[in-house]
Amino acid sequence: MTVTSVPATEMPKRRPLLLRILKSITLLRESYVGMFGAVLVLFWLVMAVGADLFPLRDPLAQSAPDLLKPALSLAPDGTTYWLGTDDKGRDILSRLIFGSRLVLFWSVLATVVAYAVGMLLGVMAGYRGGWWDEVISFIGNVFLSFPPMVLFLVILTNFGPTSSMGQYIGSLGVGSTVVSGVIIIVAITFGTAPQVARIVRGLVLDLKTRDYIAAAEVRGESPLYIMLVELLPNARGPLIVDACLRLGYVIIAIAVLGFLSLGLPPPEPDWGKMIAEVRGFGAMASNAMIWPAMAISSLVLGLNLLADALREISLRD
Amino acid sequence: MLLLAGRRLASMLLIMIVISILLFLAFEGDKLALAGRVLGQYTTMEGKLHWIEENGYNRPLVVRYISWLYGFFTGDWKISAQYNRPVLEFLAPRLANTAILGLCVFIITAVISLILGVLAGVNEGGLRDRVISVISVITTSFPEFASGTFLVAIFVFWLDWLPGSSSFTNGFSVKELVLPVTVLVIFNFGYYTRMTRASMAEVMTSQYVRTAILKGLPPRSVVVKHALRNALIAPFTVMILQLNYLLSGIVVTEVFFAYDGFAKAMYDAALFGDTYVVSACAMVAVFVAVLSQFISDVGYTYLNPRIRFA
Repeated sequence: MTVTSVPATEMPKRRPLLLRILKSITLLRESYVGMFGAVLVLFWLVMAVGADLFPLRDPLAQSAPDLLKPALSLAPDGTTYWLGTDDKGRDILSRLIFGSRLVLFWSVLATVVAYAVGMLLGVMAGYRGGWWDEVISFIGNVFLSFPPMVLFLVILTNFGPTSSMGQYIGSLGVGSTVVSGVIIIVAITFGTAPQVARIVRGLVLDLKTRDYIAAAEVRGESPLYIMLVELLPNARGPLIVDACLRLGYVIIAIAVLGFLSLGLPPPEPDWGKMIAEVRGFGAMASNAMIWPAMAISSLVLGLNLLADALREISLRD
Repeated sequence: MLLLAGRRLASMLLIMIVISILLFLAFEGDKLALAGRVLGQYTTMEGKLHWIEENGYNRPLVVRYISWLYGFFTGDWKISAQYNRPVLEFLAPRLANTAILGLCVFIITAVISLILGVLAGVNEGGLRDRVISVISVITTSFPEFASGTFLVAIFVFWLDWLPGSSSFTNGFSVKELVLPVTVLVIFNFGYYTRMTRASMAEVMTSQYVRTAILKGLPPRSVVVKHALRNALIAPFTVMILQLNYLLSGIVVTEVFFAYDGFAKAMYDAALFGDTYVVSACAMVAVFVAVLSQFISDVGYTYLNPRIRFA
């Protein structure tokens, strides 16, 4: 009697991650508006990553004779201030480009933290249900009831860099930018995570009735495994679109905080702060104000258009 | 319906109580820090301790919370450290200013977004829909200080048609209201347009609208008499939520145009460290937010017959 080996059922092979990402990018080709958004975002991404590679002036270097120069004016050393200078004679172009690094770094970090917290709370509320759901949803509702600006003002005035919490973070030996950045992340997490949690909870409530969740439960997988490996990855579609939009909001929020001088400390080239700093000079400062305003609008516009196109594409198939 | 409203009311009250406890702890939990903020940071320790004793801050936390809450509801909002005036007296005209700005923005936003949203949603996927959708994405991408910068550069510095600051130093003037209102409408109408469009598009694909079209009613009457009433429920209830943004979220616009409103008062007080003003403003803003949420929820159930008669 011969033993024949039974071939294992052919599992459909998953394509490598990189290929799948490339595939989804090519889908964008169908939407010109989405392509335009992607180009805008990509442009700022390249600027932020490659800021050191471009022949730019030091974004913090001040030059007393060149205050509030218009665009395309000549610098004393014979080079050009392509976008002019600000009220301290700093080169606006290099401040914008180095600023993009700052803006993207802190906003992406804040969005990631808020998403991690929100997804965890949402999947727990949705999957565990019962008291878990009641408690998490109630806490979420409490923070959602705060108008975002009030939440930011309360957190930043009571727990800002000068409070005991700020001083504690400062005593860990990090720079003042990091202290402000961490507090901004905390404030944004409080404002954003409940919204993310609400969306994730809704998605999970739908997903947890599926057969593969029942299968995992029968297999005896731990709740943690089911939540993190079975549920969250399957909720990613709507979440990617939402993350795009949310990143745009966070960028605006950070720039608004910068504009209100509650954000990253000077002399960091934060876009919102760049506008606030020169605002007092009236008509003379128009040039110095318009460029950062364009920068932030173009980046947020890119993200919004991208999110819009992604949603349209995801609805189609 | 009544049961639902009652349940909503109970959860609203609970949320308000929890929020007031959180705000109380944030502002007055640490009494030494509070004394430092009220008296100024260079006050001696004895001075602070004396002030704490004198103003009853040595009582148990629960007693202090109840008296704080009682004071808020009876209009005893303490004295502003910045202006040395009762907080209520100084906030009232600020609230009136914000109400003027907010009302203008609310009405204009509602009219524009309902019209554009319906126009786009009636013919989903058409050229008109695409143009309106793209425009509303573009305008929502301009944060208030960015569109403010562009508008000021054009209309104030270049054309010199409008004043760049709206502080009403020479009394109320409509001219000074134009730019802040425009900036806020630009930033906001896109979201509500898309909301209305989505709702309208959904109704247009529903069975009863198809029946109305098939039985030969003119398209105009199908839209106006049949579709519109159902399509406007969702956007209208969402617009009520805008009230809460118009009270505190407009801080950037008010600061940008030096508009003496409620949000700017709160912001100035926060920068100055005027705790009593900030906490009073935070309470007002949060209560308006929770209240508008409640009205919007109950309004939705009332307007939607499918839920009302369920």
